[in-house]
Amino acid sequence: MDIPYTVEVRRDTGLNNGKIGIWLFLASEVMLFGALFASYILIRTGSPSWPRGDTVLDYRLATFNTIVLITSSVTMVMAWASLMRRKFGTFRIYMAATVLLGGVFLVVKYFEYSHHLHLGEYPSHSNFFAIYYTLTGLHMLHVLGGMAVNAYFWGPGAKLWDKNPTWFTNRVEHSGLFWHFVDLVWIFLFPTLYLL
Amino acid sequence: MSEQAVVAPKSHDQHEAHHDELGFWRKYVFSTDHKVIGIQYAVTGLLFLLFGFSLMMLMRWQLAYPGAALPLIGNLFGEARMPGGSMLPEFYNELGAMHGTIMVFLGVVPLAVGGFGNFVLPLQIGAPDMAFPKINMASYWCLFLGGMTMLGSFLVPGGAAQSGWTSYAPLSVIAGTGQTWWLVGMIFLITSSLLGAVNFLTTTIQLRAKGLTFMRFPFFVWSQFVTSFLLLLAFPPLEAAGVMQLMDRVAGTSFFLPSGLVVSGQVLANAGGGNAVLWQHLFWFLAHPEVYVLILPAMGIVAEIIANNTRKPLWGYRSMVYALIFLGFMSFIVWAHHMFMTGMGTTMAAFFQTTTMIISIPSVVILTALIVSLWGGSIRFNTPMLFAVSFLPMFGIGGLTGLPLGLNISDIPLHDTYYVIAHFHYVVAPGTIFALFAGIYYWYPKATGRKMNETLGKIHWIGSLVCMNVVFMPMFIVGLAGVSRRLFDAGSGYDFAQGTMHWNAVSSWGAWIMGLFQIPFIFNFFYSIRNGEKAEGNVWQATTIEWSAPSPPPHGNFATPPQAYRGPYEYSVPGSDKDFTPQFEA
Repeated sequence: MDIPYTVEVRRDTGLNNGKIGIWLFLASEVMLFGALFASYILIRTGSPSWPRGDTVLDYRLATFNTIVLITSSVTMVMAWASLMRRKFGTFRIYMAATVLLGGVFLVVKYFEYSHHLHLGEYPSHSNFFAIYYTLTGLHMLHVLGGMAVNAYFWGPGAKLWDKNPTWFTNRVEHSGLFWHFVDLVWIFLFPTLYLL
Repeated sequence: MSEQAVVAPKSHDQHEAHHDELGFWRKYVFSTDHKVIGIQYAVTGLLFLLFGFSLMMLMRWQLAYPGAALPLIGNLFGEARMPGGSMLPEFYNELGAMHGTIMVFLGVVPLAVGGFGNFVLPLQIGAPDMAFPKINMASYWCLFLGGMTMLGSFLVPGGAAQSGWTSYAPLSVIAGTGQTWWLVGMIFLITSSLLGAVNFLTTTIQLRAKGLTFMRFPFFVWSQFVTSFLLLLAFPPLEAAGVMQLMDRVAGTSFFLPSGLVVSGQVLANAGGGNAVLWQHLFWFLAHPEVYVLILPAMGIVAEIIANNTRKPLWGYRSMVYALIFLGFMSFIVWAHHMFMTGMGTTMAAFFQTTTMIISIPSVVILTALIVSLWGGSIRFNTPMLFAVSFLPMFGIGGLTGLPLGLNISDIPLHDTYYVIAHFHYVVAPGTIFALFAGIYYWYPKATGRKMNETLGKIHWIGSLVCMNVVFMPMFIVGLAGVSRRLFDAGSGYDFAQGTMHWNAVSSWGAWIMGLFQIPFIFNFFYSIRNGEKAEGNVWQATTIEWSAPSPPPHGNFATPPQAYRGPYEYSVPGSDKDFTPQFEA
């Protein structure tokens, strides 16, 4: 038994199942991060003193990481566009770049965390570091999740390309939507935590 | 119809052959078939309802006879919980917190949304399965893990969570290990709801049959649709809050801990600066929409059964649908009416009491439409209908007694008293749970091909209806006398509570007798699987698409994709040769 509209588009909605699914999922993700940002605002406004981000965190590392993530979003689009042009080899290169850039982001994050932990700035240090670790940690889990899915499509998942290229292209597109969302969260996180 | 009936057995054989390759585990345990998953959800939900009810029956002993040793089984709970058979306050708090958590998140929601939603929704929209069958399976197993975590928490040192189902900070942050288990369990349950909600919405939008426009949806489909939106968007803030509370408990942060908090005479050595009310905001941002998650599927079930058994179209179908959508939207902006006691400003209180009064309008629209739908019908009083009709006044009592709680000025004296308990139990217990019973009796033939026994069903109904009122009506009296809901001795130490103490025993006996009246249901549920009256096909002469499939429907549901030709409730159409004109017949 096949589920209808897994690959092809339903005419009256103009969408396939996966695309609706991923957008709904992203809506719930907006609520998740939205709640954390709202908590950040509430805790910060209720606090007698709050450090400016760039006085405690290294905004240069974070700027570098911002550039890394934005670049990875570009390579993600290029990976999908290569599939649309039916160039599987180019797709592999761009997809590998996307995953590797995600890896670069994590490595930089590792140095950043270990620096703060070394200074004794644990989550329990202050509410600034509490929200810093919670927000960036949750974001990092999303980066890891996105990388895992992208790596799957680069590796074993790519077998689908031979059987059903349209389906595979759709799946890469949906994975890309998630990746852009993770990127977007970072674009909000960066000024909120590192600059304000 | 006749053509399908001929084709169906053949496809059934194919499906048997196909499934034999899958084997027992893939067919019944790790199944991706929405019907199997729906039944898994429903059975899990029913078991947890029974378990949560048992916790409450224990509490009712302590409330009826505070401090007295529980006869017969009192010694089974060990010296740490019930020394000499009489209950310690800590154990009472465990029971209270876990009763609420289990009933809401592991009992009613899995049955109403996971069970009925999974089983009935794809059939009603004429879909072969859910849009994402594997995600559907993952959703059930997340629920299962969450449930096991919650059950396991009873066994950890210090026992399960004790801070109420609301887990208010800072009490919950400084509580024992059970609370950590509670949080981990909740994260599993939230993941489960999220996966389910994405699946339900995608399925409804994409897989509905040809000709089934949104305004031709059965009301049940609409109710699941709006419910899924609530689950999708309201649960993540609780997940965020759960993560923060977990950080507070495990990593020593102070999201919900104010500076200089004194616990047992010691100032806590934490950074401080947190906000305990923030937890309440995030919790109720979920938990108020959650109230509608509990009630909307129930309204959907009742609407189906009332239309079917009055043999009339629903009165005001369109206004019901619009009311439902409006209700879903409004449910996101009423949450702080649970928090009038937190010292919020009058502007905030005025805003939230206004939105609360506004949200009562669509609820009344739906209830009124259901009541007016009875008018002039030639009603068939079978078991599902009896439960569905009882839902109306019971939910009515629950809803109307909620109004004083939504108004700031009258909420302040009533807040956290037994009045609140009585109010929301009228909504959920004789309200939602009656609707769920109605749904079980109504769709049981669809799932098994046999009807449940009517006599046993009617005994179950009358016993439950009477006992429900014996349990909850006295709580209004106790609550109006001012007795707090959290007192483990029912207030026996306070003078003002003395005049209403005897009502606690009435409630308790009501609850225990109600427990006995569930035995016919449990027996009936299992007995009828093999011995019930055979009921293949369209047993209730219903009009909606699920009845065009064979009972039980094979894998893939329909031999040929069904099509919708008209609205969902074309009963007693003038000039028609029978009193129902199904949606699926050309």
